[in-house]
Amino acid sequence: MKKAKVAFIVILVVVIVGTLAMLISRGNLDVLNPAGIIASKERTLILITSFLSLFVVIPVFILLFSIAWKYREGNTKAVYTPDASGNRLLELLWWAIPTLIILILAVITVQSTHELDPYKTIASDVKPLTVQVVALQWKWLFIYPAQGVASINYLPIPDQTPINFEVTSDAAMNSFWIPSLGGQIYAMSGMSTQLHLEADGVGTYRGSSANISGAGFSGMNFKAQSMSRADFDAWVQSTTQAGVALGDNAYRELALPSQNNIPIGYKLMDGDLYNKIILKYMPADGTGMGM
Amino acid sequence: MDFTAITNFLLGRLNIDAFIHDPIMEGAGIALLVGLLGATILLTYLKRWKWLWKWMTSLDPKKIGVMYLVVATIMLLRGLADVLLIRTQQATSVGSSTGILTSDHFQQIFSAHGTIMIFFVAMGIVFGVFNLIVPQQIGARDVAFPFMNSVSFWLFAVGMVLINAPLLIGEFAATGWLAYPPLSELQYSPGVGVDYWIWSLQIAGIGSLLSGINFFVTILKKRAPGMKLMKMPIFVWSVLCSTSLIMFAFPILTATLGMLSLDRLMGMHFFTSGGGGNPMMYINLIWAWGHPEVYILVLPAFGIFSEIVPVFSGKKLFGYTSMVVALLAITILSFTVWLHHFFTMGAGADVNTLFGIMTMVIAIPTGVKVFNWIFTMYRGRIKFATPMLWFMGFVVTFTLGGVAGVLMAVPSIDFQFHNSLFLVAHFHTMIIGGVVFAAFAAFTYWFPKFTGFTLNERLGSYAFWLWLVGFLLAFIPLYILGFMGATRRLDHYDASLGWQGLFIVAGVGVLLICAGVAMQVLQVIVSIRTRNANRVGTDPWNARNLEWATPTPPPEYNFATIPVVSTRDAFWEMKQSKNIPSKHYEPIQVPKSSAFGIFIGFFALLCGFAIIWHIVLMALFGLFGVIILLIIRLTSDNNETTISTEEIQKLETAGGTV
Repeated sequence: MKKAKVAFIVILVVVIVGTLAMLISRGNLDVLNPAGIIASKERTLILITSFLSLFVVIPVFILLFSIAWKYREGNTKAVYTPDASGNRLLELLWWAIPTLIILILAVITVQSTHELDPYKTIASDVKPLTVQVVALQWKWLFIYPAQGVASINYLPIPDQTPINFEVTSDAAMNSFWIPSLGGQIYAMSGMSTQLHLEADGVGTYRGSSANISGAGFSGMNFKAQSMSRADFDAWVQSTTQAGVALGDNAYRELALPSQNNIPIGYKLMDGDLYNKIILKYMPADGTGMGM
Repeated sequence: MDFTAITNFLLGRLNIDAFIHDPIMEGAGIALLVGLLGATILLTYLKRWKWLWKWMTSLDPKKIGVMYLVVATIMLLRGLADVLLIRTQQATSVGSSTGILTSDHFQQIFSAHGTIMIFFVAMGIVFGVFNLIVPQQIGARDVAFPFMNSVSFWLFAVGMVLINAPLLIGEFAATGWLAYPPLSELQYSPGVGVDYWIWSLQIAGIGSLLSGINFFVTILKKRAPGMKLMKMPIFVWSVLCSTSLIMFAFPILTATLGMLSLDRLMGMHFFTSGGGGNPMMYINLIWAWGHPEVYILVLPAFGIFSEIVPVFSGKKLFGYTSMVVALLAITILSFTVWLHHFFTMGAGADVNTLFGIMTMVIAIPTGVKVFNWIFTMYRGRIKFATPMLWFMGFVVTFTLGGVAGVLMAVPSIDFQFHNSLFLVAHFHTMIIGGVVFAAFAAFTYWFPKFTGFTLNERLGSYAFWLWLVGFLLAFIPLYILGFMGATRRLDHYDASLGWQGLFIVAGVGVLLICAGVAMQVLQVIVSIRTRNANRVGTDPWNARNLEWATPTPPPEYNFATIPVVSTRDAFWEMKQSKNIPSKHYEPIQVPKSSAFGIFIGFFALLCGFAIIWHIVLMALFGLFGVIILLIIRLTSDNNETTISTEEIQKLETAGGTV
């Protein structure tokens, strides 16, 4: 059938072009090219787990295709046992092997989940920096309480320094994620979650919200810039001098919905702003949220 | 009383603005109207109204099953149209270009896509197959509760109507398919969108729960004499497991949606942020339903392949007991893993570890099933008809998707993949590779059972290859994009990220899938036109279970004489021992057709629509309508009719022609 042949060739071309397009894609594989200690460890875990999975995947594929080929209807020479209905030993084998692999994975999981617990501080000689993160409609506010500055959609951090992120939301739920540095954590109103990350060296990384939060969600991304301590201090100083004052009124205005915000530096007028944002959602009787 | 107060009382928040949409949505709405009008004209022209009414009021599970499949097919096309818009937007909305859709419309589309594909396509397929196959496979004449079955279907259909209504009236939720609060609360979503979502699922969900109960009881109480539990076909086992999950999981959905609607209607604070509400509770509850839901869909798919592989390998199923144990293990474990959907909510390392390990444990029984299927082929005589092609495609995709699943089961890894396109690719691999491929295999396998002729094999295999290649092209780029940090549900991104090429490839994959669907439509048309060349007897595949022991097409009562079962693969044994049931006929009682199901559906639709638009009077009218109809129907006698021996005689000898 000629039409079928033409169609086949067309599809083949599509597949080849598609594959090539994927191969030459200019995008950076953030998760596989980590720039921070947490992201590196997470990558190692990805590789180990994928490797362990191969112990099931490879046998499945080999068995599937070799058995399918050997016992095809046309091969009348192959043995045919229509009434065979099982084999205790073989079945035991494939209950046992996956169980063994999962056992190994379970040990890895126990160990890694505790080691890479986002709430765990990163051991280091360098004094950690605290950054308070607030998800707003639809931008990220970063508060540096010790430095007395804040910024919108721009996250400068000193390199080789543990960063203690405290994360909340004054909007719908979001998720705070910088894939080059490590995994994400939810940003929820009335609560403070934690995330600990550290950048290896100088660089600029994309961060974004990973959880749908309304109309401006797609524009809710920011630049995380890891820089030398000196550059960071210089940024803090220039923001302290030139930044817009961020007090209660300015915050109220800032919290109003807006989209695709450009980075702005702020001079923090109220060191307790982050806690106030959380307390907005707490009932006055102090019972807090359940759970 | 002034005028607005009266209109508010009579129409709630429904007003002229509800009918105004952007051009693309307007187009879809007009297409919907044209389609309905076209169907009306066609039915009138062909004088088929009475015929249609007979179908709609039938209590025969086989007819109800076909109606489920018709709805699921139409919804599949709607869901695919949504995908085309989503991918077009993502392939074009880069840098300074904003694409074809507004973000609000884009968000409505992906929310509708997810909801429709799960609730009205996958669930529709599953219930369709239950209805068509289960009674026959257990040697029964009917389901346990034939009238309830009709109510289930019509509630499902009402949910379908409500989820499509926003194309014409109002808007749909822009919150994603699970509508997490606080985004889905009044504060952030004051419109009718989330209410459409809630009431569509609430009504369809009650239908699903009733269906679950119905088939669970059917399997336990209506099996042919001698069919002990351990002699049931594995497909029946899978349905038993799936329906028991429905019975435990769907009430959670009903309660959760109920609480969310109380928040929205009455200003309560179950899940609001502030006011003492707790959105995290919603996320726990919705996944306590949502994860079992995945297995509600995929267990029947496992059951379908457990039917197909032995038949096309000409061999008994390998490791029947293992298969049953694996099914039961998955059923129980599926309730112990819901937290893996939100490792990133900050539950702490101990909790995350537990749920991570429980998730991996599910991979063990699943792996066992795969090995058992493969060894069913070992020393068989494998016919590679299209159902087997779908099976091979299923094993390949499901294994790879499973690896992605095990990766994300490790909490520390999940922190990097959660809500990324990697996750989206993973669950599409599982649901398309598992449920959808199984549905296509089942369709080809059981089609001649109901029609007497097979589907065109050549077009079927073309469809398979288009689907497989399209599927890989559509989802491999998403896995890669996930590694690049691309999150799901983006309607716009920066050109500098280098993602556009991958989104375009994914879009091309979708086009190939659409070509696959077109091929399947062509396949059905060609097969019907050339049916005389493809006529087969009642047992075209040399099959093994009892559904093939009935005449083709099966009469309303399925079995003139109820078979007696002594072994597994009952029909196979019947053929081997030439022990064909006697031709001694007795009158059979079958349920009369009933329009109550469709009327109850109609009043449920009024009620749901009215609650969405805050029309109090109409909501009460709908609710009382449902209650009164139920009372009338449930207190009436004489709902059955008898088919006489002569009629049976006539039907049985005429069998085999369509």
